[in-house]
Amino acid sequence: MDTSFCSELVCTPLIDKHKELGAKLAPFGGWLMPIQYNSIIEEHNWTRMSAGLFDICHMGEFAVEADLEKSNLDNLVTVNLKVMPLGACRYGFMLNEQAGIIDDLLVYRISQSKWMIVVNAATTNGDEAHMRKYMNSATRLENISASTGKLDLQGPRARDVLNDLIGGDIHLRYYTFDYFDLLGEKIIISRTGYTGEMGYELYMPNNKIAQLWEKLLADKRVKPIGLGARDTLRLEMGYSLYGQDIDKNTTPLEAGLGHFIDFDKEFIGKPSLVKQKQDGLSRRMIYFTALSRRSPRHNYHLFYKDEDIGSVTSGSFSPSLGVGIGMGYVGRELIPGEEIILKETGISIPAKVVNKPIYKNGSAKCEVKNAYTR
Amino acid sequence: MLIPDNLFYTKDHEWVKIDGDNAIIGITDFAQSLLGDVTFIDLPKIGLIIKQTKPCATVESVKAASDVYAPLSGEVLKTNNELTSHPELVNKSPYESGWFAVIKMADETEKNLLMAPAQYKAYIESSQKK
Repeated sequence: MDTSFCSELVCTPLIDKHKELGAKLAPFGGWLMPIQYNSIIEEHNWTRMSAGLFDICHMGEFAVEADLEKSNLDNLVTVNLKVMPLGACRYGFMLNEQAGIIDDLLVYRISQSKWMIVVNAATTNGDEAHMRKYMNSATRLENISASTGKLDLQGPRARDVLNDLIGGDIHLRYYTFDYFDLLGEKIIISRTGYTGEMGYELYMPNNKIAQLWEKLLADKRVKPIGLGARDTLRLEMGYSLYGQDIDKNTTPLEAGLGHFIDFDKEFIGKPSLVKQKQDGLSRRMIYFTALSRRSPRHNYHLFYKDEDIGSVTSGSFSPSLGVGIGMGYVGRELIPGEEIILKETGISIPAKVVNKPIYKNGSAKCEVKNAYTR
Repeated sequence: MLIPDNLFYTKDHEWVKIDGDNAIIGITDFAQSLLGDVTFIDLPKIGLIIKQTKPCATVESVKAASDVYAPLSGEVLKTNNELTSHPELVNKSPYESGWFAVIKMADETEKNLLMAPAQYKAYIESSQKK
């Protein structure tokens, strides 16, 4: 593998580990990342069955401090920072005035006046610029992305693996986090993820991320998983990928993510969203499963009764379901069960509309002790 | 990377096994490793006349759909039905159970455009250096 890549692309601090494991590497969001180690399907199935370890060092993290009485930080995100309990995580957005999505993000409430905001890799610098442009002097922001490593451990056995590593019961409810002692550091672990399985996201200083990676991989229940399987896992759940399913030209309402918006608070883009809500949507996200293994792809056209009604934003083979699946925007309302056809020159894939998640058996929200006996 | 001695190869990573007037075709070990897990294969219909270098099948992997180009011209006599329910055979056994089709060769001289194993090996090595 040619490492001269690293001059144009940012290399994950785990790049040597990935090479040792024989990973196929490719650019993603300006970073050189592992796409697969051996087989996307095997890695996908391992995550649904046991526990998968993902290098997510490319994502951005901001440490934010603000006195909400004086700061306008709360205006910058759709998440209601004021009412978030300490130790909670919330999914939300940074919007522009037109309610277009600048980024989707996860907010962690660290203390009464401190938050961590986790953003996408390719948008980190733009997000920072946007925030600095709007925020007032009562808000302090530090971009800690370069010093912060992140690993995701996802799968029905993730809790058992972490319990053994930490030597106790990690006991985090879905969408909460806490600090844990690991490798001489106090690190944030949250019960969150992007796979639909019970799992965690671990934030560790970059200089110890390789140690953490090794320690987790030493557990036989854990295997390394590339971004290829991360994509099929998230698509089976109907989770949006920024830059592909959502961007500055789409709003959370169009993307079917309105339930993550708190309309009781003020935020940039709210008037546009309220107006869109009143006027009705001109397009909306739908989810579908193909009737065969043939898989729809990005930009395939979506037909309903011979009418071109939209296009596919994400499409792939679903390893869990054994058929093609996808999501895309359409200009009319469709209900689950309705038949559509996904088309590209010479290709015609019959499919039916389904509710999300497309894959229904994820363990993400599971609260029973032996989560993996399902 | 497996490159059997008894086959011929194309620049697009298809292989050909000559069997009298017929030719068995498929994609190479190198091709399947580039594609990753094969999830679906659209094979040509029996009786179809395929033309050398023109698309004759589609292979889908988890990540993408790719065309397969006919290594020789001719009539499709037989296709590998096993691939419909077990496309992963292309990954497991690209030169044996992962074969695509048998064609009746239309023009013997087209063989001259194919690569011998040593040539194909050198071709892969040079393309990987780029």
